[in-house]
Amino acid sequence: MTVKLLYFAWLRERIGKGEEVVEPPAGVTTVADLMGWLAGRGEEYAFAFENPVVIRAAIDRAHVRASAPVAGAKEVAFFPPMTGG
Amino acid sequence: MPATIRLQSADFDTGAEAASLVRGRTDIGAVVTFVGVCRGDEAGTPVAAMVLEHYPGMAEAEIARHVAAAEARWPLLGATIIHRHGRLVPGDNIVLVVTAASHRGDAFAAAEFLMDYLKTRAPFWKKVERADGASWVDAKSTDDAAADRWIDRRPAAE
Repeated sequence: MTVKLLYFAWLRERIGKGEEVVEPPAGVTTVADLMGWLAGRGEEYAFAFENPVVIRAAIDRAHVRASAPVAGAKEVAFFPPMTGG
Repeated sequence: MPATIRLQSADFDTGAEAASLVRGRTDIGAVVTFVGVCRGDEAGTPVAAMVLEHYPGMAEAEIARHVAAAEARWPLLGATIIHRHGRLVPGDNIVLVVTAASHRGDAFAAAEFLMDYLKTRAPFWKKVERADGASWVDAKSTDDAAADRWIDRRPAAE
């Protein structure tokens, strides 16, 4: 599965980039799995995903829970809780 | 219902936006405008500037979902939401919500509902610049509580 990832706010800063295309292994089936896999990709990712409970996610531009399946996702975004308005 | 959603770095004209919702119509009896403004302090510390980051594409889609939810809940006759992004300084406008209805109760309630959801669900993040550096603003639990009170907990109709 090839999927585009987007990072915002301090996640983007910690990882050092705003987007990338990745090919997670077959065992990655949920958003939580994806965060766990990403955390193992290097120090910057480990730092970004050190506390996955606080990280929000969206699949194809709609909010999802960490338990959501990633199969078929074109774009997965990770970001901290929102502070707009 | 006419609905306008814009994300822009430029400022907006509150009066012009409100007037354009009403122009040519006689069914509207109430127009509520809310303007969020960049404050000169954050948690008691002076702020030099604020940088608003957003998720293009999702921000518009998420706001549109909440406008649709507001329209399903109140008899609205128009709504305009403009959210700025980029670097803003204290005193600058950040966000505009305009709601129009026949009566004020619906316009007030819908405007507050839209603002509460913009705060907690629209993909925007604020970073504040102070004399001693910059940091991301933490989400407030009071904002989550404000949004949660709109959740309809009435039992579904039989």
